Amino acid sequence: MLSIKNLHASIGDKEILKGINLEVKAGEIHAIMGPNGAGKSTLSAVIAGNDTYEVTKGEILLENEDISELAPEERAHKGVFLSFQYPVEIPGVSVTNFMRTAINETRKANGQPEMPANEMLKVIREKSELLEIDRKFLSRSLNEGFSGGEKKRNEIFQMAMLEPKLAILDETDSGLDIDALRIVANGVNKLKSDKNAIIVITHYQRLLDYIVPDFVHVLYNGKIVKSGGKELAYELEEKGYDWIKQEQEA
Amino acid sequence: MELKEKLLSSFMAFEERIDVHSDLHEVRTSAIKNFENKGFPTKKEEAWKYTSLNTILKNDFSVFPKNENAIEFADVKKYFIHEIDTYKVVFIDGVFSSFLSSTTHDGIDVCLMSSALNKPKYKMIIDNYFNKVANKDESLTSLNTAFANEGAYINIPKSKVVDKPIEIMYFSTGNEAALLVQPRNLIIIGENSHVQIIERHQSLNENPVLTNSVTEIFAQKRAIVDYYKIQNDNLEANLIDNTYVSQKLESTVSVNTFSFGGNLTRNNLNFYHFGERIVSNLNGITIIGDKQHVDHYTLVQHAQPNCESHQDYKGIFSDRSIGVFNGKIFVEKEAQKTNAFQKSNNILLSDKATINAKPQLEIFADDVKCSHGCTIGQLDETAMFYMQQRGIPKKEAKALLMYAFSNAVIESIKIPELKKRITTIIANKLGVKLGFDL
Repeated sequence: MLSIKNLHASIGDKEILKGINLEVKAGEIHAIMGPNGAGKSTLSAVIAGNDTYEVTKGEILLENEDISELAPEERAHKGVFLSFQYPVEIPGVSVTNFMRTAINETRKANGQPEMPANEMLKVIREKSELLEIDRKFLSRSLNEGFSGGEKKRNEIFQMAMLEPKLAILDETDSGLDIDALRIVANGVNKLKSDKNAIIVITHYQRLLDYIVPDFVHVLYNGKIVKSGGKELAYELEEKGYDWIKQEQEA
Repeated sequence: MELKEKLLSSFMAFEERIDVHSDLHEVRTSAIKNFENKGFPTKKEEAWKYTSLNTILKNDFSVFPKNENAIEFADVKKYFIHEIDTYKVVFIDGVFSSFLSSTTHDGIDVCLMSSALNKPKYKMIIDNYFNKVANKDESLTSLNTAFANEGAYINIPKSKVVDKPIEIMYFSTGNEAALLVQPRNLIIIGENSHVQIIERHQSLNENPVLTNSVTEIFAQKRAIVDYYKIQNDNLEANLIDNTYVSQKLESTVSVNTFSFGGNLTRNNLNFYHFGERIVSNLNGITIIGDKQHVDHYTLVQHAQPNCESHQDYKGIFSDRSIGVFNGKIFVEKEAQKTNAFQKSNNILLSDKATINAKPQLEIFADDVKCSHGCTIGQLDETAMFYMQQRGIPKKEAKALLMYAFSNAVIESIKIPELKKRITTIIANKLGVKLGFDL
């Protein structure tokens, strides 16, 4: 599904990703953990095509196709989804209208006809139930005045609507109380299949109790310094990141 | 001959056609004298620092159209809010078109300025209201007053909620090589009455037009006036809009100005308070490109206690377009507990576009809340990335963002069909077809 090879990325003169290698196969869930400033959010932004960052070396292959030169919307059309840590407020554009635009633009790019209105409504109903979202919520302006939890739930709702091949969840657990966390995780787990893959980016192990990863990677100083199974997350929780830092600096 | 000279000699010709013995004649004579003394404003004047009329005034404008021109409704239907029934006062090259209009005298007066100025039964109203709130020192207003003859006359008696919006429409056919038109509107809204008015100036071909319009609005006690100005003219059209609003106790007047078209547009929008607990709303959306120029020059004169004014102007400028926002709030000593807010938010989409923003607050009362804020920026890149990440291409994402940026003002439109029209114009302006009705 996703193959990242020797990826280097900078912002201005500052190199943030210093040679990332990562293989994610369909059906897998990978967790990327690491201390603040390790480059976790940069990695997700670079995969999604945020041009604030410059890819200086390496490649990002999605189903064997290098996507590192594509615009963000082109990557989205190929099935890349990034759940934002800080979703953006768009006043005057309802959740429903935003989704309708996003879905139909994606279909257009993939040579499909627009989704008929009645089908759209049906899908919206299904997916909003999955995320336990009140229908009234969908006619509100996107993210405007939403609580932190509502914003995150809305991100996963959009993921459900867009059915991406590769979903990257960037700090989806931050700002969520335990009930919202359960709903979000439950939604993600239901969307999971053997045809898609999920990368969970998180600082804490908490979310991984609900979305259980097949692999855990530790990102530190722009590199993946440790990989393992889900038990690695517990080890990190127990020992903290200082353990990694000391090991690296030793 | 320079335009000023031409106008002065035209005034003599004009005098021959009208009743020179009326009181009105004195008003006109002193007005033309003021214009003669002051002439057209130049950039040397503080109020015109960023807007020059020089190039426009080089056109050889006809002052009186030579022919009466007719147009078919089908050709201009799109400029009206035709989805709903409206009263219409329509002018073609400054001349009233009874064919396109839908006026009334049934309980309310929605008709012509020329009748009001000339018929004895309106004399008292004209004596009491005509040129009473307009600034007599301002030279372009004086020029208009001198030639004032035609426009919309709207008089709503007390306690009337006018059943449908009133459209005031000025068409220029372009049959004259260059035309100067000077509409004069007088609008009086009685106590407890409510009216919605839409004003539009539209040229129908590429010949240059200069419109120097004056509108006087009198809102009596507790009257509510929603006024919408649609400025989406073609690139050879120039508009100087002078609007003067006089408000009495507890009245609410909102003027919403949508500036998308035209070569040069100058909006002089003035509010004067004559009572307590008045609300004045001034909203604007400006979206221009090319070498277009839009200048908003606002004044709110707070003279009484407990009044409010809200100014919210959004501007999006691309190419080499130029925007000006000069907002003056004047709070007199008596005007305690004034709430006066002013906001001018601007986005520059090109390195060559310009915005000149200047808030002016003069406050002489000591217990007031006044604020002003001006922002100038580019499109929010994080928001762009967010929308693109969801599969929305750059151009559409940009349009959605600009829509979101102007949303607060769009939301203030109280006529749904007009709201839809404005959003369609915005979408067209931004060159996108969005997958839903905004």
